[in-house]
Amino acid sequence: MQILTDTNIKFMTHRKIAMMVSMVLIIISLASLAFRGLQFGLDFTGGTLLEVAYPTEVKLAPIRDKLHANEFNDAIVQHFGSPNEVLIRVAPREGVSNADISTHLFELLRAENSAVENRRVEFVGPQVGEELTETGGIAMLAALVCILIYVALRFEYRFALGSVAALAHDVIIVLGLFSIFGIEFDLTVLAAILAVIGYSLNDTIVVFDRIRENFRKIRKGDAVKVIDASLNQTLSRTLITSLTTLLVLFALFIFGGKLIHGFATALLAGVIVGTYSSVYVASSVLVAMGISKEDLAPVKKEGEQEEEIYEEV
Amino acid sequence: MLNHYPLWKYILIAMVIASGAFYALPNIYGEDPALQVAASARGVEVDDKTLGRVAKVFESNGIQYRNAKFSSTGLLFRFNNKEDQEKAKKIVEKELGDDYAVALNLATATPQWLLDMNAQPMYLGLDLRGGVYFLMQVDMEAAVIKSVNTYVSDSRTILRKAKVRYLGSKRVSNDIVIRFKSAELREKGVEILQRDMRDLSFTEKEDGKTFILHGRLSETKLKELKLFALKQNITTLRKRIDEKFHGLVEPIIQQQGDDRIVIQLPGIQDTAGAKDILGATATLEYRAVDEEHTVEQALNGRVPAGSKIYYTRERHEGSRVIPSVPVLLKKRVIVTGEHVTNAQAGIDPDTGGAKVNVSLDGYGGKRMGAFTKESVGKRMAVVYLETKQETARDAQGNIIRDENGKAIVKRHTTEEVISNAVIRGHFSNRFETTGLDSVQEANDLSLLLRAGALAAPVYIIEERTIGPSLGQDNIDKGFSSVIIGFIAVLFFMAFWYRKFGMIANFALALNLVIIVAVLSLLQATLTLPGIAGIVLTVGMAVDANVLIFERIREELRNGNSPQNSIHSGYEKALMTIADANITTLIAAFVLFVVGTGPIKGFAVTLSIGIVTSMFTAIMVSRAIVNLLYGGKRIKDVSI
Repeated sequence: MQILTDTNIKFMTHRKIAMMVSMVLIIISLASLAFRGLQFGLDFTGGTLLEVAYPTEVKLAPIRDKLHANEFNDAIVQHFGSPNEVLIRVAPREGVSNADISTHLFELLRAENSAVENRRVEFVGPQVGEELTETGGIAMLAALVCILIYVALRFEYRFALGSVAALAHDVIIVLGLFSIFGIEFDLTVLAAILAVIGYSLNDTIVVFDRIRENFRKIRKGDAVKVIDASLNQTLSRTLITSLTTLLVLFALFIFGGKLIHGFATALLAGVIVGTYSSVYVASSVLVAMGISKEDLAPVKKEGEQEEEIYEEV
Repeated sequence: MLNHYPLWKYILIAMVIASGAFYALPNIYGEDPALQVAASARGVEVDDKTLGRVAKVFESNGIQYRNAKFSSTGLLFRFNNKEDQEKAKKIVEKELGDDYAVALNLATATPQWLLDMNAQPMYLGLDLRGGVYFLMQVDMEAAVIKSVNTYVSDSRTILRKAKVRYLGSKRVSNDIVIRFKSAELREKGVEILQRDMRDLSFTEKEDGKTFILHGRLSETKLKELKLFALKQNITTLRKRIDEKFHGLVEPIIQQQGDDRIVIQLPGIQDTAGAKDILGATATLEYRAVDEEHTVEQALNGRVPAGSKIYYTRERHEGSRVIPSVPVLLKKRVIVTGEHVTNAQAGIDPDTGGAKVNVSLDGYGGKRMGAFTKESVGKRMAVVYLETKQETARDAQGNIIRDENGKAIVKRHTTEEVISNAVIRGHFSNRFETTGLDSVQEANDLSLLLRAGALAAPVYIIEERTIGPSLGQDNIDKGFSSVIIGFIAVLFFMAFWYRKFGMIANFALALNLVIIVAVLSLLQATLTLPGIAGIVLTVGMAVDANVLIFERIREELRNGNSPQNSIHSGYEKALMTIADANITTLIAAFVLFVVGTGPIKGFAVTLSIGIVTSMFTAIMVSRAIVNLLYGGKRIKDVSI
């Protein structure tokens, strides 16, 4: 099966429109992050969470009343996944032995209905949450810096800036998505975003590799033409890899269960945005910074090898 | 010749495939529902008699069990299904009573010959098998303050002994502050103190009226102190967990960072019970042995005033059990555990026997010195006191609470004699206990002495409990999403790249097998995010093959011969694949370094997946292509 072969799409001609779209998305994301913020999960805020299951459907109001009547007047009670399952959250509190909260909560529920089953308890102390927010941010920055250095060494500094711009673009838009739709941001989502960085970079590097190769091979034509040619040559690979990755991510999203939902959502969004950004954002940055053939002095060895192969034909 | 691998490459690939398949093998056997029985009371043993009793009640109740085996912790019964297992637990508990502990368990069904060759199934994290996770903070500030206080009291003793007059010595945050009347006295003081307290660095200050000496702990000493507090807590926690669960759980107790401890208790649901462990405290008492009266008399009811009967701790020396014996001790305490600063097991260079070196602080040393001066040739014993707490429960197992909603805890103290030795000479703050039976005894004694010395307090800062049903759910959902995603990719690749697609599919399947094999071999913890990492790897692993195949197609379109296209397709894609994968590895590595728990699990599977996929997608797929096409005249490639 082959489609999209010998395409000749003028990607860079549309780059102004693409830039506009990206800018709008980023501004919306940043605005939402600034005004709405992220709905941080327990991992970051600290507190206690209790997930319980009942053999039959349960109404939330009686549970809520019971907990509110028993010193847990800040308890958030909601269904989780199915009407049989209930999730209860309590904010961290001072003075009370935090370790005791979960057992107490569960007992109150059991006094009401003895068929209740304890599925999951999470307690995160406030200092752990604070540390996580800090290390999470550091992790993201560290990953970006390491990648910047690697790409700068392997390619050229403009390529490094291009790839990091694409990554920042992806991360901001995925974070924006979580902020706008109020999806809970927990530890697994943070992991997913770092995976998005890895994936999107993978895509960008493949494109850059081809651009570098073509700059050395194609004698005629300006940077825009060379980049367009490279994007067209790698287009089918870019789309197929995205497709196979999306296939498994959909499987994870649909069949992976509730605990992995945020993770799958972040990666789905990240792969889609990442595919787009590796075509438009990364390359547009190269063009905008005026990359040219002279910036990539040909390496003798690789050229020679190629010629050998052609001679054998 | 194009597209041909040397023989050694084929052999290498075959070997990797074979060992990958071998180490992945244990994972297909699954687990049997099982029941563990262990002795929980003193003097009770799990033996053939116990087995006979249990087998009989199983028979009369019509419960089938697959087999029964003795293990290091007791007896293990395997069942065909969970219903039998749960029924069996109730029956065994009723039959054996309180002297035995019974626990539900999952035992691996992997055959013994595989286990003997170190081939084990993957180690599942708590989110997959259920259990309790605690992250505990050791209160280092308290540990440092305690140590500084010891130095303060020591400084007083030293100065007094050297007859250097001082106005006062006290702790100010983490420093020792000693005030003198004159600069000369201070100079003398520094000289003496520096000789005995090498861990302190002294600076001088004046406040107009008095001459001040500031002592500060060196960085290395501080580090050593914190490490000691951490290790001591880990030792104590491990001992208490083993006691609490009678060795029926396999706890993971690890140091995390400088001042934290991670505890994982797989299969445990009773968090209140687990937390009781933290409420336990231990201490030591050095006491004189009452040698004017005999134990026999005391046991007959004539306990002399001022003395009390204690029992020695039962010890296990290999398979030999050294039983508990009564000892008569004086009630007056010479030194308590809070004055013990260190205890280390060692070897006596003169006799070659095992010994324990004990250090006391200044106050303890003074008391010990005064006592031993008049007691050379007499006996002295160490009593280990442990106060355990237990959450009070009613008949239904519900926690009993007071009117404020606070759980009521019951405390009870046990006292055991852990050492009974003759005083060989006059000593004070440093001495050794020699003549111990074995290195093991020395180790046990030093551990108990350390556990009984006042430890830095710990508290829980993170807790995660996963119920067994949710764990099973997570496994089922995780694995089904791996399988479904995997099959979807297989179909797509076969459809899109035909024969080459099938080759890529083989490489992908092999990749999955090798990931499982590596995880099994490393015994790295597989978590739910870890499974997500595998899923992601499946999607991304084909990328290398996609890159290669697209290159080959391109070469073919440019009019190159099939052989040349295949060759240059692989060659040209190689650098791109390496670049792309290394950058992803960087991201995974950062995740691994910064992340904790489940996130680390994700980083581990992602990294392993990237490395193995490079091998399968490049080398293995190439080998197959070479075998199929290499050295032949071909007109058309099915790609």
